[in-house]
Amino acid sequence: MLTRSDTVQELTIEELRAKVGTGMEIMDAEEHMLLSMGPQHPSTHGVLRLLVELDGETVVNLAPDIGFLHTGIEKSMESKTYTKALVMTDRMDYLSPMSNNLGYIMAVEKLLGIEPPPRAQAIRVILTELARISSHLVWLGTHALDLAAMTVFLYCFREREYILDLFEMVSGQRMMVSYFRPGGVWRDLPEEFVPAVRHFLDFFPARLADYEALLTHNPIFLRRTKGIGVISAEDAIAWGLTGPSLRASGVNWDIRKAQPYSGYEQYEFDVPVMTDGDVYTRYLVRLEEFRQSMRILHQALDKLPDGPVNSDDRKIVPPPRSELGTSMEAVIHHFKLWTEGFKAPKGFVYQSVESPRGEFACYLRGDGGPKPARVHFRAPSYVNLASLPKMAKNLFVADLVAIIGSIDIVLGEIDR
Amino acid sequence: MTPGEIALRALIVGFIVTFAFITGFAYTTLLERKLLARLQHRVGPNRAGYIPIPTRDGKERKLLGGFLQPAADAVKLFFKEDITPGRVDLIIYNLAPMLAVIPAILILAVIPLAGKVPWLVPDPYNYFAIVPGLNVAVLFVLAITSVGVYGIVLAGWASNSKYAVLGGIRASAQMISYELAMGLSVLIPVMLANSMNLGEIVAAQKGGWFVFLQPVAAIVFSIAVLAELQRAPFDLLEAEQELSAGFNVEYGGMRFGMFFMAEYMKMASLSAIAATLFFGGYRGPFVDQVPALGFLYISIKIIIGLVLMIWIRATFPRLRYDQLMNFGWKVLLPISVMNFILVGVGIVLYEEGVFTPLIEMMRAFFFG
Repeated sequence: MLTRSDTVQELTIEELRAKVGTGMEIMDAEEHMLLSMGPQHPSTHGVLRLLVELDGETVVNLAPDIGFLHTGIEKSMESKTYTKALVMTDRMDYLSPMSNNLGYIMAVEKLLGIEPPPRAQAIRVILTELARISSHLVWLGTHALDLAAMTVFLYCFREREYILDLFEMVSGQRMMVSYFRPGGVWRDLPEEFVPAVRHFLDFFPARLADYEALLTHNPIFLRRTKGIGVISAEDAIAWGLTGPSLRASGVNWDIRKAQPYSGYEQYEFDVPVMTDGDVYTRYLVRLEEFRQSMRILHQALDKLPDGPVNSDDRKIVPPPRSELGTSMEAVIHHFKLWTEGFKAPKGFVYQSVESPRGEFACYLRGDGGPKPARVHFRAPSYVNLASLPKMAKNLFVADLVAIIGSIDIVLGEIDR
Repeated sequence: MTPGEIALRALIVGFIVTFAFITGFAYTTLLERKLLARLQHRVGPNRAGYIPIPTRDGKERKLLGGFLQPAADAVKLFFKEDITPGRVDLIIYNLAPMLAVIPAILILAVIPLAGKVPWLVPDPYNYFAIVPGLNVAVLFVLAITSVGVYGIVLAGWASNSKYAVLGGIRASAQMISYELAMGLSVLIPVMLANSMNLGEIVAAQKGGWFVFLQPVAAIVFSIAVLAELQRAPFDLLEAEQELSAGFNVEYGGMRFGMFFMAEYMKMASLSAIAATLFFGGYRGPFVDQVPALGFLYISIKIIIGLVLMIWIRATFPRLRYDQLMNFGWKVLLPISVMNFILVGVGIVLYEEGVFTPLIEMMRAFFFG
């Protein structure tokens, strides 16, 4: 039952393979149907194209085809100063820009050898945990929508709106925040921010219970997710899987615990680890991460220290607006920082953070000038996507959709 | 009445009823959108057509927001460019939407909508329908609903699209497997009422609805109807997350609108059938005194059926293809076969008088 169009029918298998552009091994071109899922498809979470070889409805073979959203972010960053390159990182994982900002900024700080003050570190933790919740909310919504439970989707986006409003409150932007800066953060938190977060923490557990009531024990949801897309711990490590997907396979690996950064070692939280490694377990792990993030948020708000939010190194952090009218030195610093930028030493650093999707890392090489010589990101979605064929083989098309949802990819981050 | 009179009456009544149901179809879409919106914490359509009510603080309150939305949708669908993709099978491609929508309208012919309303119901019959007194009405319904699947399968086949073919295959497999369970559960009211005439089935429920006598059959029938209608959680053939739109992916404009129309017309007419078979049809309080109340009761029952379907859509995820087939063949079919046999044996025993002492005992116990 191969419904190829006439033009394709005359091609040999080699030509066909070249035409489909993924180099995928085609098992049986005569009997099987080749389906090009995406880049325009409702459940490929962006512009992912999957070349799927189908036997009836069974996925015999598949290959992800990426690059439709390539924006050259890493290369463009080489032509901007360290501070200005920051805005590019927002656009990669657009569901969790705070984590990207943090990974890049911490790499820059490591290169410069400076340390942000404690208050800035606590603020960073609060905002990245909020970003984790908002990113997981999008994941939960779209994952449920992939299984056609569309009400959960709209409920999740309602709560996400609240978090985006919080981001707007601190940074003036809902999504492309660029709030963390080398040496600290852009500005101190506004007065109404802490009560607003506390309000969120008050109502969110009840909302979480709502989602659980709709999904966790729903027999159809269980049938659609249990035992689907299983990946063992060995395979998960071999394929470089990180984040909730890895922890669902039984590997206890969380950068926040393994290599604590930004003061994560002061907070008490658990890393949820489960062993089944299927779609349902990934769902449960992420649900638990909501609760752990809330725990961190409670603690961080409670012991949020007072003090400056920026390092006092004037060669890196621009002077406050109030000083510009009185101090000549401040004007010079301001001018130099916003035209030429600060110079970073020669050398390279590697800094990883735990983004909602997994291990996000930034490799940064400086050549002594004000611009990075090379920036490279280890994007968790990119690495996690590689294990999709392994998980989805010999399952149904409907399962394939469920698995794509469960590994939680963002194409902006994959294509960069 | 002469055959000519019967045909003329059926034409006139049929036109009016069909027109009412088509309008009803349009408002079913609005009901679905508004109700889904309420369930999902949204507003729903509220711009097209509203009655502005000025309030004291100078603002306007909007009454009946969105009540012209169906008209706007219809206008949009009619005036949209009707694109035919290349290399489709033109005849079948054009025929398929009609094949889907015509059976959906035809089912309306046999549904009893009210009791013996003076002036409207000619003499030999004692209930109102477009074609009253069809003595194989149940068979007619089953036959016509199965024709509906051709529209969908042929649409999938003729579109020359992979997603559409997958949707069409799913449709045929799904409908065949649920038809059986549905047919067997339909037979139970037939046996209880000892007639295939829908009017007599309704009349037989004068003492009590069949749903109280046979809840199992009613539940099986409702599930099978959902599958038959391709409504959530059985909407596999148009699963937009998997097949982008399934069988209708290559259709646009009013041809797509006709598939849409078929689905919603069938929702209304199968709700009416379910009401007729298990929920007392047009019967309700005082319906014997004022037969015209039947129109009201059947409408209320249809709307309750529609609301339930919409509610289910908002709540459940979708089943997978193989799970759906398993459920149909391994769960629903055995249940309905067993139920069918039990009811058959029970009726024979009852007619033989086996239960008479038991009933007498109960009567003596409860009523002295």
